[in-house]
Amino acid sequence: MSETKQDDASIPFRDTAGEFELALEEAGTGVYLLRLYVSGMTPNSIRAIENIRKICAEHLEGRYHLEIIDIYQQPIFAKEGQIVAAPTLVKELPPPLRKFIGDLSQTERILLGLDIRKK
Amino acid sequence: MAETTLQEIPVLETFQKCPTGIKGLDEITGGGLPQGRPTLICGGAGCGKTLLAMEFLVRGTTEYDEPGVFISFEEKSEELTKNFASLGFDLNDLVAREKLLLDYVHIERSEIEETGEYDLEGLFIRMGYAIDSIGAKRVAIDTIEALFSGFSNETILRAELRRLFRFLKGKGVTAVITGEQGERTLTRFGLEEYVADCVIFLSHQVVNQIATRRLRIIKYRGSAHGTNEYPFLLDEQGFSVMPISSIGLDHSASSERVSTGIQRLDTMLEGKGYYRGSSILVTGSAGTGKSSLAAHFVDAACRRGERCLYFAFEESRNQIIRNMRSIGLDLGQWVDKGVLEFRNSRPTLYGLEMHLVAMHRAIEEFQPAIVVIDPISNLMSVASEMEVKSMLSRLIDYLKMKEITAFCSALTVGGAAGDRTEEGMSSLMDSWILLQSLEGDGERNRGLYILKSRGMQHSNQVREFCLTDNGAKLQDVYVGPGGVLAGAGRIAQEAREKADALGRSQEIECKQRDLERKKALMEAQIAALRIGFDTEVDELERAISRGKLHREAVARDTLTMGRARAADDTPIPEGNGARNGKGERR
Repeated sequence: MSETKQDDASIPFRDTAGEFELALEEAGTGVYLLRLYVSGMTPNSIRAIENIRKICAEHLEGRYHLEIIDIYQQPIFAKEGQIVAAPTLVKELPPPLRKFIGDLSQTERILLGLDIRKK
Repeated sequence: MAETTLQEIPVLETFQKCPTGIKGLDEITGGGLPQGRPTLICGGAGCGKTLLAMEFLVRGTTEYDEPGVFISFEEKSEELTKNFASLGFDLNDLVAREKLLLDYVHIERSEIEETGEYDLEGLFIRMGYAIDSIGAKRVAIDTIEALFSGFSNETILRAELRRLFRFLKGKGVTAVITGEQGERTLTRFGLEEYVADCVIFLSHQVVNQIATRRLRIIKYRGSAHGTNEYPFLLDEQGFSVMPISSIGLDHSASSERVSTGIQRLDTMLEGKGYYRGSSILVTGSAGTGKSSLAAHFVDAACRRGERCLYFAFEESRNQIIRNMRSIGLDLGQWVDKGVLEFRNSRPTLYGLEMHLVAMHRAIEEFQPAIVVIDPISNLMSVASEMEVKSMLSRLIDYLKMKEITAFCSALTVGGAAGDRTEEGMSSLMDSWILLQSLEGDGERNRGLYILKSRGMQHSNQVREFCLTDNGAKLQDVYVGPGGVLAGAGRIAQEAREKADALGRSQEIECKQRDLERKKALMEAQIAALRIGFDTEVDELERAISRGKLHREAVARDTLTMGRARAADDTPIPEGNGARNGKGERR
């Protein structure tokens, strides 16, 4: 698990509570608040992280906060985030709340679900 | 009950069982659910699955000190707390003390987009976290089939379910999983394929508009178990299951006697009354005084300070109290003192088995010494004869085991109340009293027979059973050439006999007086004779004294004459004659 922890720490976009508050304030401004829940470094998890980073970089440059949470490390988040499947990407903002489960390989469905395609 | 049932189902020391603490369920499973393994509870909507699962956890924490986790897919924690508060379970308190953890898993199909390969690791982690955080030994999952509505990839789901049950076993928790009944399968999504250790099926059947909840253990791997359908009750005290099988005939028999409450009835039963813990049946047609006999028995028991439980299927409590007041019995005072309790219900309120369960529960609660069922024949309206007999035999066995005296009344149909009871249950009963209408002289009177009373020399005679303002009384009936007479006939006969007796006594008196008169006459005659006799004696004495005087006078005269002639002074031979006379008499 220590390996996971290192990886976790190395993720540059990891939000802090302050940033989250900030993001809430920006709710009306079209900023995306995304949370990706993974369960350790399984192949699915790794693929999901890669895919979401790619999507964000390509479509949401500059207007997103991405938080990656390892529920092995912090199981309490699994309960609070109502997570059942892993990996799960939760679009907290803008509303409505949506959940994407799986390794996020179906980019089209994600873009539709995130309401990015329309724009 | 527990011991005997456990004896019937041998438990090998192969694996541990986890006691549920639910009344009756531990008996039929031979000790509880398989420890450390998952158990599936399936059944239709509203049959009590969630309740069973929750009670398993709550009793686990409160009675066996095993914390539990409740994973709910259907109801939110707050809803659960509210729902179970009505059953007296304070979930908030248990949660606050970390004895119970409620986790609501929210799955909303519309929010979820499947975008590739996934697993249910999130759920596993949540469960694992919940279990570890309070050291849970028991887990309930209600109902996991909600997953099938949230996720479309059934292949993944089924693989994950299999993994879930392995995971739970690995955690060493005893799990209860609920599942909705399917069309032809036990559960809609075939959960029974995965949870193979123990499957309990709950049903809620409606027969003749009467609903009965039943529980059946379909499968219990590695253990013998009761295979019947067991009725169960859901009420404000939760879940209780009644083992259907009879408990057996190894109960103890008391030789203590209890008064019937009617002195002369006691006399008919060797002067002591019924045996304690025996079963008494009173049969009779309508209006023969069955309830009054029951009320007397209850009144006497309450007077001794014994607790009585009265199951009334015909009358309300107040009605019984009012009616019994008319024969001088105040049952209300015993109710006020808490030694007498009435349980009134219409037989059609619920099924027979439910009645049995409810009666069991009431008996467990009240712990009476005497139970009255008035009347058992009314139960016939809700079930077949066989069912009634089976139910009653179980009830009687149960009461005998607890040494509770059972007093049952039964209504017989038709005027000719023979030696036949509707339920064919006389073999179950120790004492059988028959109340019969004796018809004649244009009236009906009540007659009482003791048909049987095991283990005692009871009277074989018929008595007239009279209900008076001061309670029931037994009177001898008139048995004569004209047959058995009771009521007005008996009174008339008694009057006739009294008149005859009076006539006879007058005749004797007359003769006595006659005799006395004769005696008086005789005595008068005796007195008259005596008087005559006495007169004669008097006369004789007078004659004697006259003679004596005469002689003396003669002697004096001679002396006087001698003196006058100056004769020698010779002594007077005084009393000479008399002395001679005496000497002669000697």
